[in-house]
Amino acid sequence: MQPLQLSAFTLVSPLGAGINATLDALRAGKSGLERCNFLDVDLDTYIGRIKGLEDRPVRPDLADYDCRNNRLAQLGLEQDNFMDAVASARGRYGHERIGLFLGTSTSGILETELAYRNRDPETGALPAKFKYFGSHSCYSVADYAQQVLGLAGPSMVVSTACSSSAKVFGCARRMIEAGLCDAAIVGGVDSLCFTTLYGFNSLGLVSSRPCRPFDAERNGISIGEAAGFVLLEKVAANASPDTVMLLGVGESSDAYHMSTPHPEGMGAQMAIRAALQTAGLTAGDIDYINLHGTGTKSNDAAEDQAVFSVFGGNTPCSSTKGATGHMLGAAGVAEAIISALCIQHGFMPGGLNTRNLDPALKSHYLLHNKQQTVNRVLSNSLGFGGSNCSLVFGQEIKRLSQ
Amino acid sequence: MKIFVEGVGILGPGLCGWQASQAILANTAAYVDAPLVIPPNDLLPSAERRRTGLAVKIAMAIGCEAVANAQRNAAELPSVFASSAGEGENMQAIFETLAADGREISPTRFHNSVHNAPSGYWSIATKSMAPSISLACYDASFVAGLIEAGAQAFTGENAVVLMSYDAPYTQPVHAARPISASFGIGLVLTGNKTSRSLAELDISISRQNCASTPMTIAPLESMRMGIPAARGLPLLVALAAHTRSQICLDYVAGNQVNVAVRPC
Repeated sequence: MQPLQLSAFTLVSPLGAGINATLDALRAGKSGLERCNFLDVDLDTYIGRIKGLEDRPVRPDLADYDCRNNRLAQLGLEQDNFMDAVASARGRYGHERIGLFLGTSTSGILETELAYRNRDPETGALPAKFKYFGSHSCYSVADYAQQVLGLAGPSMVVSTACSSSAKVFGCARRMIEAGLCDAAIVGGVDSLCFTTLYGFNSLGLVSSRPCRPFDAERNGISIGEAAGFVLLEKVAANASPDTVMLLGVGESSDAYHMSTPHPEGMGAQMAIRAALQTAGLTAGDIDYINLHGTGTKSNDAAEDQAVFSVFGGNTPCSSTKGATGHMLGAAGVAEAIISALCIQHGFMPGGLNTRNLDPALKSHYLLHNKQQTVNRVLSNSLGFGGSNCSLVFGQEIKRLSQ
Repeated sequence: MKIFVEGVGILGPGLCGWQASQAILANTAAYVDAPLVIPPNDLLPSAERRRTGLAVKIAMAIGCEAVANAQRNAAELPSVFASSAGEGENMQAIFETLAADGREISPTRFHNSVHNAPSGYWSIATKSMAPSISLACYDASFVAGLIEAGAQAFTGENAVVLMSYDAPYTQPVHAARPISASFGIGLVLTGNKTSRSLAELDISISRQNCASTPMTIAPLESMRMGIPAARGLPLLVALAAHTRSQICLDYVAGNQVNVAVRPC
C-alpha cells in the first residue's frame, strides 16, 4: 500500500490529557488505573477513568449531543492543537474532501442506561430529554466530531468491538486510494458504561486487581476509556524525516467463537501477516510489537501463539493496558498513537503490573522500559466476534535517507 | 468509483428474496404487504442459532442470498455489515437488567450486544476468515455501507459482500428511534466486470443538493423513509428494471451519493 503520514495526533487516556502527559506517564512507568469509583458501580475492579468529564458538557450549540462519550470526544479534540491542524488541512483540501472514520463500541449508551432508571412509572417511557441520535446512536460520535471539526466529507462509525479504532485506519487508506477523499481523520472514542463493566464481569473477565497482561497469575481486564484522533494524509514531498507513517494494515476474522479467541491465534496470525505484506516488510523489520494484551488467560495465550509463530521469541513486545486499561473501541487508536510515540522518541514501554511472566508464553515480553531506536512498530487489536486488525507504523523517510 | 454488482439479496415485509421481488420493484407485479418471513438457514449449528436475534438472522439471509446469486463462496469474501442500530431488542433486555437490582447480565446477551455480532456469527457460519467490518451511519447506514464495500471492491482484488439491515426497537426506545420494520439488502460487489456482472455502478459523492430518488410505490416509499437499510431500495429498482438510470441517495453532512447504473 501507499504509506500515509500521521500529520497530527492527539490522545486523552487514563494516562492523561494530551501527548506530553501520555509520554511522561509512559516514560515514568505510571499507571492510570484506580479502584472503581464510577457512579454506583459495585464491582470489585480497577478502571481507567477520565477525570472531570462530569463537569464538561459538550459545545453549547450541540447540546443535543451531550453524553459522556461526546464529552470525551470534545476533550480529545481540544488537546495538542489538533483542531488547528484540521483547520489547516481544511484549507488545503476543502472541508468536503476530508473523511472522518471513528471507532466506538458503546457510543453514548450510558445515557440510555441511566434513562432506564427514570422511566415513567405509568407508561414506561424514557425521560423526554433523552436524545437517541445524540447519545445512544452508534454514529453519534462521528456526527458530533464532524460538526466540531467543520468537516463535510465521507464519514461513518466502525463498531467491531475492541478492534474498532484500528480498523478505521484501513477505511481511510481505502477511501483515499479510491479517490473518495484526499485526507482523513481517524480515531476512536469509548467511555465507561454499565453494559461493558457488568457484561465483562458476567463473562468472568474483569480482574479484581489492575490488569497484569502476560503474568502467570493474570485473571482479567481493567476497563478504561479514551479518545484519540489522527490526521492521515498522503506522504508530502517535504515531510520531515521524523514523520511517522502508516505502512501496513492487516485484517481477518477468527470464524471461531463470539467472545473467545481462536486458541492458536489463527485469526490474529493472519492479520499480522497481512499487515506485514501490505507494508512490504518481513517479521525481521519490526522493532517492537504493541500487543493487544488484555490480561485474560485465553486472549494473551492466543495472541502469544500468533506473535511467536510470526516473529519467534526475539522481537520485543509488551501490552500497555496495565497502564491504560482496556479502552475497548478506543484501544486501537490509542495504541497506534503510543506506537507512533515509541518511534518518535526511541523507546519501548515495559508492561506494567506484570510480576511473574507466564512461562507458557513464549514471546519476548518487556517488563521494563527500554531506550533504543525504534523504526517500525506493529500494533495488534483483537476483538469480540473474532475481529482482528494489525497496523504497521514506521519512519520510512529516515530509513530511505540513511 | 466504478464497481460491479454480481448478486443481490433482499428481505422485508412483502419482499421475500430477489427472485420474487424483482417484478414488484420493476412495477410489473403488485406489491402485497405481508409479514417478514426469514427463510430457514442451517449454516449455524442449532445451539448457536438459538442465541441469535433478528438482525443476525436477516443479515445471514440476505448475505447468503446475494452470495448464492453471485455463485460465489462466502468463505472467500470480505464482508461489510451496515446497520443503524444492530440488535436493538437484545440491547434493551440488557438495559432492563441493568436498571434492576443485581444487574446480572446474561453473558450471551452481552456478547450479542456488540454491533459486529452479525459479522461474528456470519464468519462462524460461513467459515470465513476474510476481513469483516461493521459500521453505522444513522439514516445513511446503507449508503455508508455501499461506499465502504465499493471502496473495498475497487481497491482490492476480491469480491465483497455487503449486508445492510435494520430491526426495530421495542418500547421505550422505539419512541425515540422509530424504525418501522425489519429489512435487509445484500449485494456482492466486484472491482472488475465478470461474466456474472449484472450492472456497473459509477458512484460519486456530490454536494449539488439533488433530491433523493423516491420509490413510486407508496408502501415501498414508506419503507424507504422508515428504515435506514431500505434507503437502498431505489438502487434495487434500477437493478430490477435492467435499464440505464441515475439515482441519488442521501448521505451525510449535506452530501449525496450519485449512482449511475448501467446494466451489463
